[in-house]
Formats: sequence, structure tokens, C-alpha cells
Amino acid sequence: MDQILEKRGFETIEPVAGQTQPPPARRFALSPINRRRLDNFKANRRGYYSFWIFVILFVISLFAELIVNDRPIVMSYKGETLWPIFHDYPEAKFGGFLATTDYRDSFVEDEILSHGWMVWPPIRYSYRTVNNEIPEPAPAHPWWMLTKEQRCAHYPNGVNDRNCTLGNWNWLGTDDQGRDVVARLVYGFRISVEFGLILTIVSSIIGILAGAVQGYFGGWTDLSFQRLIEIWNAIPGLYLLLIISSVLVPSFWLLLGLLTLFSWPALVPLVRAEFLRGRNFEYITAARALGVGNTTIIWRHLLPNAMVATFTFLPFILIGSITGLTSLDFLGFGLPPGSPSLGEMLAQGKDNIHAPWLGLTGFFVMAIMLSLVIFAGEAARDAFDPRKTLR
Amino acid sequence: MALLTVRNLCIRFRQGGNVTVAAEGVSFDIERGETVALVGESGSGKSVTALSVMRLLPTSAEIPEGQIIFNGKDLLKAKNRELREVRGNDIGIVFQEPMTSLNPLHTIERQVSETLKLHRGLGDRAARTRTLELLQKVGIREAESRLSAYPHQLSGGQRQRVMIAMALANEPDLFIADEPTTALDVTVQAQILKLLRELQDETGMAMLFITHDLGIVRRMAKRVCVMTKGRIVEQGATESIFKAPQHPYTRHLLAAEPKGMPPQSDAKAPIIMAADDLRVWFPIKRGFLRRTVDHVKAVDGIDVTVRRGQTLGVVGESGSGKTTLGLALMRLISSQGRIVFLGDAIDGRSFTEMRPLRNDMQIVFQDPYGSLSPRMSVGDIVGEGLRVHFPKLSAAERDRKVAQALDEVRLDPATRHRYPHEFSGGQRQRIAVARAMVLEPKFVMLDEPTSALDMSVQAEVVDLLRDLQRRHDLAYLFISHDLKVVRALANDIIVMRAGKVVEKGPAAKVFDTPESDYTKALIAAAFQIATAPEGVVAE
Repeated sequence: MDQILEKRGFETIEPVAGQTQPPPARRFALSPINRRRLDNFKANRRGYYSFWIFVILFVISLFAELIVNDRPIVMSYKGETLWPIFHDYPEAKFGGFLATTDYRDSFVEDEILSHGWMVWPPIRYSYRTVNNEIPEPAPAHPWWMLTKEQRCAHYPNGVNDRNCTLGNWNWLGTDDQGRDVVARLVYGFRISVEFGLILTIVSSIIGILAGAVQGYFGGWTDLSFQRLIEIWNAIPGLYLLLIISSVLVPSFWLLLGLLTLFSWPALVPLVRAEFLRGRNFEYITAARALGVGNTTIIWRHLLPNAMVATFTFLPFILIGSITGLTSLDFLGFGLPPGSPSLGEMLAQGKDNIHAPWLGLTGFFVMAIMLSLVIFAGEAARDAFDPRKTLR
Repeated sequence: MALLTVRNLCIRFRQGGNVTVAAEGVSFDIERGETVALVGESGSGKSVTALSVMRLLPTSAEIPEGQIIFNGKDLLKAKNRELREVRGNDIGIVFQEPMTSLNPLHTIERQVSETLKLHRGLGDRAARTRTLELLQKVGIREAESRLSAYPHQLSGGQRQRVMIAMALANEPDLFIADEPTTALDVTVQAQILKLLRELQDETGMAMLFITHDLGIVRRMAKRVCVMTKGRIVEQGATESIFKAPQHPYTRHLLAAEPKGMPPQSDAKAPIIMAADDLRVWFPIKRGFLRRTVDHVKAVDGIDVTVRRGQTLGVVGESGSGKTTLGLALMRLISSQGRIVFLGDAIDGRSFTEMRPLRNDMQIVFQDPYGSLSPRMSVGDIVGEGLRVHFPKLSAAERDRKVAQALDEVRLDPATRHRYPHEFSGGQRQRIAVARAMVLEPKFVMLDEPTSALDMSVQAEVVDLLRDLQRRHDLAYLFISHDLKVVRALANDIIVMRAGKVVEKGPAAKVFDTPESDYTKALIAAAFQIATAPEGVVAE
């Protein structure tokens, strides 16, 4: 119906020759159709706010070193201003003998404070920092479930100790190795999203390229590629991952490569279908009649049309990527031991039923993160739907 | 009392914050057994008005005021259940596009009998008998064997007949025909219109006929309402409106027919494009080894000569191979037979070898909506050929040439930063012409360049094309099924049917003294909307 109406000109503005609007001043002004999509996206309140909350959380987590860290942001020592979060200073600088400095060590801290000052991040743990003054055997309760005496029991000066402050208390308790849960959560969120984004972008690029080539050239190219993909899809990805990660030492980039191998075919059918449809349009024939080459036709004429379908799909691929990494971590085949990871936190939650803050934290972080992306993805999908009308 | 009374109808579309008024203050009556035509160009609101009678508007539409009284009942206040009683039972409707109006997954029998079962509660056997009767009534031959056919097995005209059978199934009081023949060939159009007239005489139903073609109005309707920009500007008896139009818009519509005749063909002008015994055969492959058992002969041994400054018109019904012939000449599909362009044989050249020649040969397509990439600005679309053929041109130089080309097709050059969807059909076709002209070609293939346009716009585009031809001494290959436009532009004509030439010669001679029955039938259908004797043209 909409198409018929559009064809009959209900949406078209009819500029009268000679009195048209001046060209837009900005070079990259939104075309009206994108304007409409943006409005549609904004009109979906849940999706719009989810998008911004997610973006803000991610941007904050990118600066995690400034907020959650086991070393001071800035300090002054013997008249010299030092930035420990950017530089590794050897302990020798402060009268010790180790290669790196543990600023949480009371010896180092006393030395620095007697010759200057230091500014700590709000939370004084990094994802691998073990709380040496842990109030009870790990996993420890969150601080608000303990009395002040309990919290400070293991500090040299007890309740009056300089370090028994908010920044050293564990907001969500510790895990079974005495590490702060909030710190692991922040870094784990960051690594999950980063992993998901990179995996999504890389596999989309490969998928779009493969789909574009298949759809545009069709025929034998298409047929043989399709068979290849079918065989490829028949490989049990998870088993292969388990086997490989038991042979090679898993790392961020190795996992990324392995997961990419199995996630790129997701977009191929979509892009291929768009290209198969698009290559028969008259404006493609028109471009061929102008003598435009194949690469240019794919790039300038067909790709922009396929991008809408692709873009709609991206949030859902992102979710798949994040969950993929988390499940590997949960099984113990993911990131190397000690890395901050939500999957590992969930596994700890499963092993420590008596410490519900571990499982609950992992669950809520995953649930909220995935819901935000899903809501934003839904809004994006609806925004690109030409049949969707605003009420 | 009138069968249908529409009073002060107002229809608005809401999209985002924008409100578009599609119809405003529309009032008309239809008496029992009467035919009223709603005439207007695209975007005038005539289809929306017709759809609103059935309450079939999309959800983004709203009707803030007005009355639609059918048989004494206000349909705008009717509940959905009551409306379903009316739809398909008391009011039947036929849409423009026969290709998409039928469900491709159901047989003809199932689609026609559905409404019978729904409204009349007929059983399978009774419905089948009635369906057969209806198909015979709308002139489908061998109706019994067609019952189990699927839509794709029928031609466009036959599908439209099936649509009419569906609309007539329950003997409606009112029959709405929304441009029922626009998508059909002229010969088929004549047959369908004749059928509709006969059916109306037989059943005594009233008809609301929506069209943009005044020739049809004259033959079909007693009364006519002229619509533009959502308003009815004039209504009255057909004869009096045709004789003495009051409103300036009606006069404009009546005056808008492609006019003028090209000069006599000049056999001495240099040859631009020539082809000998051109053949495009598509193989039909069967069996496990995909052996070629036969060929679809889309173009079968055609000789073509196009001279400088002259137009060769190619006419014929859809499926006769006109476009295939053009694409083969442009070397966009493979073919056999010698093709000579500007003195060079080009039939053996590969796509890459053809590229240097492409700036001398250009195409303008039929559908101005499909031939412009929706994601490129007008300037980019027109300038694309320059990028390919004159890559050394600076951006400013290219921009100047684009502006010049737009100016030549009488579009404001300032519009080159906008996107195609902001333009009307006629303006888009001008952009497509500018894209072809910016390379200063010597040969242009025009593939039905006016078929998708409104009457008055057609005339403008024809004037523009003629003007450009005179100024640049262009050779045109003009492909069309619309003989009115062909007569206005072509010096020579070839008439094609099923891949073969039926008749060829100077345009004036072919039009005045056609020799073959087929050409006679085409001309009669186009100019008098008359049907041909059986067997001469397709069904």
C-alpha cells in the first residue's frame, strides 16, 4: 500500500523549476529518508534510552583505569608529579627493590605520603588485585552486610586505620580468590563489549564481501560459494573451539579469530539476497550502459541498499558474539586465567552457591547488557522499516 | 436516492509530524446502473478516494470529516463486521496491477470461489459451478481447464479478467475499477473495456471508473469528475465537459496529448547504428544433462538501421521482444548477427572493449522510479558517466557540465544536491534524460520513456526529446507500445510481434495505410479503443 501511495506521489515534494531551495549548507546533511529513520528511532523511547545508556556505560568502561584501579591516578613524590596509571615506576624509586610498585603496600604508601601526596581512584582495586586485608575467608560479603569492626578487622590499626575507607571496601564482595567483584565486573563488561564489537565488525565485513560477490555475480560463483558455506556450517564450531583451545593457549585475539571463522556466514544470505534482488534494478542496467565497472557498481550502487538490511542485523550479531565469549569463559575454555570475564564470574557463582552475590552480579550484568542491546536493536530495526508509521 | 453519496470527504496522511492532505471536500453521487469516471493525474487523490469507499486505507490515513453513504448506510460509521458484509458482496473492486493482485500460491478456482463461500455460504460443488460460470462470463477460454491454473500461468489480460470475475462474483451493486487497464497492452485494454461495458449492460451495476486516460473516459462514462490536488474541480456530463471544459485544469488535461509529427524520413542521412539478421535466442534446457532442446526466440532475425537525426520507432505488444532488441543493439545482452555502430563492427567486443564506446550510446528507461539509484544525489547520478569516461575532469568542471545538462532538460541546476525521491515522475524522467545527454551521445535508446508518466507530462517529455534531437542531431531508437507517442516522434517504424518484424516502413505510411492485420489492430486499439477480430492479437 505504502509503495502504491509513494508511487502516486503522496510523499514526493514537487519542486517548481526556478524556485527551489538552496543546496544544503552542510555537506553531510541527513537525507530526508535518514531523517525519518532517526525520528522513528527516537520515537521508540525504550530503544532510544537503552541505546544511550549502553553507549554511556561502554564509554565509562573505556576509562575504567581512572575509576577502578589499584594504583593512584596522580601523586607527588619528593616534589615530582608522577602518573602511575600511565607509567610503571620501579619500586626502587620509592626505596624498595621490586620491578613494579604495589602502591597498596603500606610500606610504599607510608613512604610516598611522608614525601608528598596521592590521589586514588574511587575504587582501589584492579581486576586481578587480591584484597590482603580481606575481612573474612574468600569469598567475602559485600561491605554493607558487615559491621565497621568486621570490615576493618584485618587492618593494622583496626577501625582507625587510614586505609579502612570506602575505596578499599568491596561493594559487591570478593570472589573466591579474594578479588574485588566490582573491579572484575567493570573490566569484564569492557572486554565483553570490545570483543563483541570487534567480532561483529570483522565478521560483518567478511560476510558482506562474500554475500556481495555471490549475489552480484550469481551463477556458478554463487552456487559453489553456497555449497562451500553449507559444508562450513556443518563443522561443529563449539567442539572445534574446545579442541583448539586445549592445544593452543587461548588469548583474546586467538578467540576472536576462532569465533570469526564461524560467525561470518550469518550475514551472507541476507546480503546475497539483497544483491540478487538489486542487480536486476534498472539503475544497475543504466550504470552498466554508462560503462561503469563491476567494483564501482557493487560499491556505489548496490552496497548502500544492502546496508539497511545488514545494519538492522548488527545488534543481534553483537549479542551473539558477547554470549559466545561468555559461554566459552563459563566452560573454562575462554580467556586466559586471571582475565576479567563475566563468564568466569558466572562459573564462580555456580561453584559458590553460599555466596549469592557472585552469581547474582554476573546474572544481572549479563541480563541488563543484553537487554539494552536488544532494545536498541529493536528500535533500529523498526526505524529502518519503511512500512512503520508514526502514531 | 443515489446508490453512493460521498459528501465533503477529507482524507489525511500522517507521517511523523507531517500531515499530507490527500483529499479535501470531495463530493459526488453515483446512481444505480450509472458509470462515473474519476479522472486525474497521479497524486491527485483519486485512488485514495476510491479506497476510502471500501474503508481500505492504510493505518496512517485518517478521515476527519465527511460522509460516505452507500445504500442509505454511512460506511464511515459502520463497524468492521458490517463493512466485511459490504466488501466483496455489495461493492467489488479491481486494482491496477494484475500481476500482484492475485495470490501467486492459490489456484484461480480457490481465489474466485473464496468470496462465494464467504458471502453466500456456497458448498464446494456449487461454488465450483458458479466460478466456472463467472470465468466463462468474463471471456476466459477453456475455463474448465483454467480452474486449476495458478496466476503465473495466465497472461496479464487474463489475470485482469480473473480479477473482474472475483469482483463480480456476488453481483455487486457498485463496481470500482481502479485504473484496470493501465498496466495492459492497448489491444488487451480495448478487450477489457468492452467486457466491462457488456457486463454492466447485463447486470445493471453502477461503476466508479478511475483513470488518467481521457480517451477511455469518453468511451466508458456518462458523468465525469475531474480531480486535482485532492479536490474535485469540475464534474458533469462527459459530453459537455469534453465540449466545453470550464476549469483551467480540465482544459490543460484535454490539451495534453503528444502532438506534432516528425518530418519525413531522410534516407540520405548517415547511418549511426545498423544490425543485420540480429538474433537473441534464449536456450530452453531440459533433462539431467541440461541439454538444449529448444530456444525462446526473443529477437529472431531483425534488420535495423538508425540514421543521424532520425528516430526509429519500435512498436509491439509486451513480450514481442522490443526491449530485448534494444539491449542487444547496446550490447548489454549477448546476441548473434552483425552490429555496426559508427562504422565499427561491435558484435564481437567484450564488455571492457565496449566501454570506450559507451559514451556515444545511451539508454533512457521506462520506469523513472527504478532507473535512478535512490541513495545517490541527482548530481552524482548525472555525473557518474563523466567520472567513467572523463576521469581527468576536475570536480568543478564536472559540476558545471552536470548543471548544464540539467539546464538543458529544463530542470533547475540547483536541484542537483537533492535525492530522486523528492522529484515527481516527470522530473525524474528528465533526470534520466540528463544522465544520458551529459555525455553528448550520438545514439540514444529510449525504452518506453513515457509509459509510466501522466498524459500531460508525456507530452512535455516528448517535446523535450524532440527538441534535444534537433539540437544535437541525435539518433533515437524509440521503443513503445503507445502508438500516439510513437506517431509524434518516429520517422520510421518497425512493428514487432513474437521476435519478428511484421511491418516496417516510413511512419506516415504505416499509420495511414497499414498492411498487416496486426498493425491495423494495434492502430485501432490505440486510437479508437476498438477491439480486433479474434485471433489477430493476444488475449
